[in-house]
Amino acid sequence: MSVDTTPQPTAVAPAATMRSARLAYRLRDYGIVAAVVAIVIVLSFSTDTFLTSPNLVNLLDQMSVLGLLATGATVCIVSGVFDLTASASLALSAIIGVEIVRHTNVVVGFAGAVLAGALLGLITGTVVVRSGVNSFVGTLATSLVYRGLAVVVTGGSIIYPLTRQSEDFGMLTWPSVFNLTSATIVFVVVVVIIGIVVAATTFGRRLYAVGGNIEAARLSGIRVGSIHISAFVISGVCSALAGLILASRAGSAQSTMATGMELTAIAAAVVGGTSILGGEGAIWRGIVGAFLLTLIGNGFNLLGWDTIYQQVLQGCLILFAVTMDRWLRRRSR
Amino acid sequence: MTAPAIEVRGVAKSYSGVTVLHDVDLDIAPGEVHGLVGENGAGKSTLLKILGGAIRADAGTISFDGEQVSIGSPRDAIAQGVSLISQEGALVPALSVLDNVFLARWSQRGGLIRARSDRRRLAGLIEQTGFTVDPGDRVDRLSIGVQQQVEILRSLARGARVLALDEPTAVLTEHEKANLLGLIRRLAAGGTTVILVSHFLDEVLSVADRVTVLRDGALVRTGPAAEQTPRQLVRDMVGREIDVLYPDPRPVPEGAPVVLSARGLSRGLVRGVDLKVRAGEILGIAGLVGSGRTETLRLLFGADRGAGVVEVDGVALAKHSPRRSMAAGIALVPESRKEQGLVMQRSVTENVVLSSLPQRRVGPFVRKNAERDAVGTVSKSVDIRAADPGAAIETLSGGNQQKALFAKWLLNKPRVLLIDEPTRGVDVAAKTQIHHLITDLAADGMAVVCVSSEIEELLALSHRVLVLRHGRPVGEFPRGTSREVVVAAAFGDQEEGDRS
Repeated sequence: MSVDTTPQPTAVAPAATMRSARLAYRLRDYGIVAAVVAIVIVLSFSTDTFLTSPNLVNLLDQMSVLGLLATGATVCIVSGVFDLTASASLALSAIIGVEIVRHTNVVVGFAGAVLAGALLGLITGTVVVRSGVNSFVGTLATSLVYRGLAVVVTGGSIIYPLTRQSEDFGMLTWPSVFNLTSATIVFVVVVVIIGIVVAATTFGRRLYAVGGNIEAARLSGIRVGSIHISAFVISGVCSALAGLILASRAGSAQSTMATGMELTAIAAAVVGGTSILGGEGAIWRGIVGAFLLTLIGNGFNLLGWDTIYQQVLQGCLILFAVTMDRWLRRRSR
Repeated sequence: MTAPAIEVRGVAKSYSGVTVLHDVDLDIAPGEVHGLVGENGAGKSTLLKILGGAIRADAGTISFDGEQVSIGSPRDAIAQGVSLISQEGALVPALSVLDNVFLARWSQRGGLIRARSDRRRLAGLIEQTGFTVDPGDRVDRLSIGVQQQVEILRSLARGARVLALDEPTAVLTEHEKANLLGLIRRLAAGGTTVILVSHFLDEVLSVADRVTVLRDGALVRTGPAAEQTPRQLVRDMVGREIDVLYPDPRPVPEGAPVVLSARGLSRGLVRGVDLKVRAGEILGIAGLVGSGRTETLRLLFGADRGAGVVEVDGVALAKHSPRRSMAAGIALVPESRKEQGLVMQRSVTENVVLSSLPQRRVGPFVRKNAERDAVGTVSKSVDIRAADPGAAIETLSGGNQQKALFAKWLLNKPRVLLIDEPTRGVDVAAKTQIHHLITDLAADGMAVVCVSSEIEELLALSHRVLVLRHGRPVGEFPRGTSREVVVAAAFGDQEEGDRS
């Protein structure tokens, strides 16, 4: 008694359909890049200011926070989990960072913030994995806890580094190589490292396998729990770095920082073409997605459009991207 | 509504350039039982699903009583009185039998459901069919056989005039089977058209008025069932006389050591399974669906943890887990490629190396060259035909996917290979290759435990066959035991007729 559900393609597909299938794949793979390039070209021609170095420096600086969060979100989504704690971890680790800065110095404080982000990720991951609760629900709950702790620690008010530290505290806004801000450098370096980890290491392979088919991964001897926990830790570190960039810019931290941004980060990942179902996607896709979303804001500014329409356009764009993704997927399978 | 005369004309369907149904014409008379038979992938399920609205044909028309109908969705099908009961099942697990039967068709007044009237209708249907189901039971607590009855009740409640059944008996006990076949005859006598897809040719011939044979997506022949024999059908299905040649396993060398042994394996329905497998030996595990075959393999591999001891070379595996098993040299080719074996959207290469990643790395990095070489070598040895090892594994045929699954474990150089359904959903050519692969591996000294629903396959490949019934070992038979004896043991007291 054998099971016969979908017919198994036994014949080799004719050359023509192979070619069109490959074209569809390529379209699916790089369609989003084409969209970004198109917008860049339009903006370059329709404004004098877009292709100027101050604007580009500014654009990269602007996207560094969302880019980091999108990177963390991508790692999690690829492995088959969602991290809704991203913005709460961002706030809480930035606040912890500022507190440590006040008691020691800026460098130790920043390091402490990153460590706190990693620790928060570890806690989130352990809770999700050990409880077996769906990550969406589990991280929704932990994010409330983290955001709540941020309120508790700050008493609901804005906290600042000591006056003598405030100049150093703004170090991430300082210009560095190629006039890029230090925040941009941090963002680029971290994203490149995580991109390599995901694309070229055995850990990366396991990440995709766990996200693609958790049972097959488990039966292949992969510790699926530790892979998920690691994904949350990476996401936590990204959140903490994003939090530091925001705090450094503002010269302060507070419990309401970046509220709701975890969803924009997930949107960026998805717009870039990372499958929400897990097992597919790439870090560069998250970055392209974040760039696109940032680009829209930048375009609105440069073109002098009314920014009240910005969110509407972003929403439409996200819908368009995921619809295209689904459509191309269905065609090519 | 009385059953329509169905005319299918030029129906075709393809998936990603592979044609699975090719210009099929078919006429089905009102109130007849029509059998559809064919090999895996012949297109019978696809045709049934097109009639039932589950998938859309690329070309062709379907007419009821001479009038062209459009069945583009399950909703259309229901409106036309066509009810498809597929292998996957379409019940809402957490709802009661009653709610499932009247799903989205509840009796209502002013938006409120009138449960009492539904209950009365259901009682009538249950009496008509002779089923024994309790309307209040939650569906997920019922056996698969009873769940199927619920689906049939639902079809009847919706006033189905065409009932399309896909492999309805595959999961049933003998008793349930007989009941179902009886019901099919009664329904047909009452004017309902029944279209039946089944692998069990005797069954089809006993119940159907006419039989259609499909091969490679094309209709081979339609004719009265009374004029057919199973042998004739098989010849039409495969296009030639079947002579599946199984390779003979090499005899186990004298004094070959016991590699794998297990004592008192128990968990859920598995109760006290003991077994021993020597190097070079193939142990077959036979039994009906639900006899605990798969569960036993999973316990051996540590995929599930239960009571009992598993030993490799006489050393018990403590804290048994898949990782622990792999370290001890055990590998498991699981039952379902899609659910448990492969990461479908990842590449062939990534899948094949997945269980042996640590073998090819520098620090944390994957050594891509070593990986390419390893995949190339093992692909050649098991004959995976993939145009591009970087392509997603789901683009491969079932046979190549299955071989990739074997390749994945061979890279681990296991000493014990556990195989669940080695050739399910695999074409004939690949099937033979896999059989040879298994006997070759055993000849090289691997200890093999193999579970298969195909009893011929199991008898041909195994040195010994262990039969399970209701999770308990009920007998062990040496090579050369007849099929009847093994099947009788699997069924218990009931005798089973020869099916092929």
